[in-house]
Amino acid sequence: MASAPSKLYADDVNLVVVLLDTNPFFWSSSSLSFSQSLSHVLAFFNAILTLNQLNQVVVIATGYNSCDYIFDSASDLNRCFENGRMPVMSSSLLQKLEEFLIKDEQLSKEEAEGRIKSSLFSGSLSMALCYIQRVFRSGALHPHPRILCLQGSPDGPEQYVAIMNAIFSAQRSEVPIDSCYIGAQNSAFLQQASYITGGVHHKPQNLDGLFQYLMTIFATDLHSRSFIHLPKPVGVDFRASCFCHKNTIDMGYICSVCLSIFCKHHKKCSTCGYEFKEVISSTIFGGCVGQKRGAKCVIAGWGFCISHHEFLC
Amino acid sequence: MLRLPTSTDPSCLKEMLLVCKLSRSSPNRAQIGAMDMAAKRRRLIPSSLRWLLTVPISSRDCRLFFPLRLPATLQISLLSVHYNIHQTMASARVAKIAKYKTTIKDPGTPGTLTMTLEKILFVPRNPKSAGKLDVEFRYIKGQKHTKEGSNKPPWLNLTNNQNGSFIFEFENYSDLQDCRDFVGKVLAKSGEVSEKPTAAYPDEQLNAAEMELRIKLLQDDSELQKLHKQFVLSDVLTEAEFWATRKKLLDREASKKIKQRLGFKSAMVSDIKPSTDGRTNKVTFNLTPEIILQIFAEKPAVHRAFLSYVPNKMSERNFWTKYFRAEYLHSTKNSIAAAAEAAEDEELAVFLKHDDILASEARRKIRRVDPTLDMEADEGDDYTHLPDHGIFRDGNKEMTELQNELYKRTLSQDINRHAAVVLEGRAVDAEFEDTKAVAEALAHSKRESSNKGESDGNSPERLDRLSRMTEIEDLQGSNNLPLAPLCIKDPRDYFDSQQANALRTSGDALSGTEQIKCSLSIPEVYGSLRESISSIKTMGWKEPIVKPEVAHQVFDALTNSISNTKHNIGKNPQESVLDRLPRKTKEELLHIWTSILELLKHFWASYPITTSYLYAKVNRLKDAMSNIYPQLEEIKGSVPSEFRHQVSLLVRPMHQALDAAIQHYEASMQKRSTQSGEKPNGYV
Repeated sequence: MASAPSKLYADDVNLVVVLLDTNPFFWSSSSLSFSQSLSHVLAFFNAILTLNQLNQVVVIATGYNSCDYIFDSASDLNRCFENGRMPVMSSSLLQKLEEFLIKDEQLSKEEAEGRIKSSLFSGSLSMALCYIQRVFRSGALHPHPRILCLQGSPDGPEQYVAIMNAIFSAQRSEVPIDSCYIGAQNSAFLQQASYITGGVHHKPQNLDGLFQYLMTIFATDLHSRSFIHLPKPVGVDFRASCFCHKNTIDMGYICSVCLSIFCKHHKKCSTCGYEFKEVISSTIFGGCVGQKRGAKCVIAGWGFCISHHEFLC
Repeated sequence: MLRLPTSTDPSCLKEMLLVCKLSRSSPNRAQIGAMDMAAKRRRLIPSSLRWLLTVPISSRDCRLFFPLRLPATLQISLLSVHYNIHQTMASARVAKIAKYKTTIKDPGTPGTLTMTLEKILFVPRNPKSAGKLDVEFRYIKGQKHTKEGSNKPPWLNLTNNQNGSFIFEFENYSDLQDCRDFVGKVLAKSGEVSEKPTAAYPDEQLNAAEMELRIKLLQDDSELQKLHKQFVLSDVLTEAEFWATRKKLLDREASKKIKQRLGFKSAMVSDIKPSTDGRTNKVTFNLTPEIILQIFAEKPAVHRAFLSYVPNKMSERNFWTKYFRAEYLHSTKNSIAAAAEAAEDEELAVFLKHDDILASEARRKIRRVDPTLDMEADEGDDYTHLPDHGIFRDGNKEMTELQNELYKRTLSQDINRHAAVVLEGRAVDAEFEDTKAVAEALAHSKRESSNKGESDGNSPERLDRLSRMTEIEDLQGSNNLPLAPLCIKDPRDYFDSQQANALRTSGDALSGTEQIKCSLSIPEVYGSLRESISSIKTMGWKEPIVKPEVAHQVFDALTNSISNTKHNIGKNPQESVLDRLPRKTKEELLHIWTSILELLKHFWASYPITTSYLYAKVNRLKDAMSNIYPQLEEIKGSVPSEFRHQVSLLVRPMHQALDAAIQHYEASMQKRSTQSGEKPNGYV
């Protein structure tokens, strides 16, 4: 569906949907404590709200077992949580966050050892997109929304399909996805998300100055991005997960009909049901490597190489 | 130069179409070389054939060729119809009595002219005279001859390559005609053999339409043309291979050839000006199938007459003679004379009377009118055959002219009928070679349309038509584009993310360092998180949130990195390095990339090698690929130094692709050579 054209009534109005990572496993092992990061982040939200009277911030918590809407600056329920020590909105956010964590804990179940403890990023991304769609359909005047992901958890390869679908629908609705990765390693999903949708991705070097990073880079509204320079990553990690085992792969087989990725040769594509008539031996056909760690791909049933290549395609 | 293959087999009765289309801006010129036997002089032939009726048709071998050079600014579709009525040319030899003249003034040596397929031989009657001539057809370039109607004697002038000419004077024009035909045939045939059509591949049956599609595609897409030139013309790839992967493009082009039909010309048929010959008092009409089609469409009575009279009662020539006589009579507006002649000749009367078919058609249309508001036809339409269109002048009709009234026809009637036919459009679409076919096709289409129209009042088609016609398009909602429905064969497998974890092994790409080392249990981690929250709630935010020096450091680092990357890479993440390179370099790089892709496509498709053809192909491709390396080096060298790094980054994947292909090639060569001793003959 086409996105409704946003009727900006002022150029620099923001509607930011923030996906806040609340994966306890990550925060317990992170160098930055959760409370510290919360103070940075809450101050950042207030700063956004002061930049323009019409700005709006919506926060979605990305938990380990579930996701939920935590905070909406335009809602009237924020008045309920008075706390002398901090602004009203922050205290209401914290209250809701606590309630969310309680619920999330109740949903947790025993799991096998060795699983990557990733947060449910795909879920919160989908919820953000649903909220944005509602904003689009609200008619009248609304600022152009964007999504900001504050993630630290590693990527869960099993969420690849869902995340890519969400990224493509964000691309279609012209919603940029900014991402700030505060974890230890690199996140391929976040890089791809920002690259494809035209947002900005950054991995802060010095986590003590997280607030400064947020203000310098992620507070920029969409209109100002045409003349304010933002940091550009050197390359993008385009690694994918295979559809059969959800492993991260560099080289694989692709169905020529639906472009599903598999790690080994299949007789029949599980997504679209196409049957591959020719049997190609397992040599890799051609190779075009992306900038960093691209994906070398092979089409089963043909012998042709496609690649994700950021410069030449 | 484009030569399209023609077949000049004289014994075939088939019709052949050569269609040659040139686009506006094409620098190519088409020369379809041969001669126009029937045209009096060489000129651009418009989109119709010349058909002479001055000589009985049955004894002519009408073969039409055109020497023409098309200006590139014209878009012309040419039809050349190779048409044999009579198989006179089955003989391969012609001998006539003629006189040979070296120049026009020369009285000429009488003798016998013999022409075979190979050469021309002239033997003078007097063996002692010097006019013997023995010329091979290879050297004959063209021929000219004198016009039959003129008062010049029948001369045939054959020109050879060195611009000399041989002039032969015949006894009569029919001899001249025969010789002319023969020479034309031989010249056409030799003209063909000497050239090689560019598309004559042994394994390909190319017809002209296919060839034309390819040419159009090449002209429209300069990228494709460059690739084509680079590979096919340098023999790296054959035509067939090149186009084999582009079937979809060709199909799309073929379907794009619009099925829009050309309508009739607006000029009226009665405007055909015959060519008059003052001397012999003969008037010659040139009738082409196009004109005939228009006549039949406008005058159904003539059409019907043709179908019934020809060839039973009269020959076609007679038919047309009478028709034109009738036209002449009409043009003189002498209805009395018309009536008189009509009384004598009943066939002529057919042409002179009003067209009753038109009348009945109009009446039928009135009956067929929909109850929905359709003003297509009403009673007033039935006027075309009425004198004065049913309007009474002076309030009364002259009684005395009643019997001649049938023979009056006014110009406005003609014009209206013509306009109606033009607006209807063409009923038949194909090209014809003779009148009979035209008549039959038109009759066939009329029958079909009348069948459709004769259905009863409440037939489903009529009701369907009614419902369609009552639809008002403006008030309908817009049709959304049809989207293909999403079809996932096994949604659980596709969406389910949890099953993967059970299969996860410990030694995968994401090594242990990436995993969060978490020795705490679940309640503990959640508890610690909730503690942080409550601590913040009680204590409020830390003051200051961020230390000034840390903030300053961060800000500095960011600014530095932004300015550096802006200089190196570009302003926004979507901007590509390519855009910053000089344009020529960018185009060269892109072209090399597409040619590498093309080569690699064919290369990898040839494996596994099973035939010697594939083997040769792979060798050719490998040579072409090796030639690309120096080109890349050259580009890298030509770029100014600030871009060199980026260019080498861009070029690196190309190198890798080529390296992978060449490696594979060498490995397979090695394998083949080690195995060649053991393999039986089946393997090359």
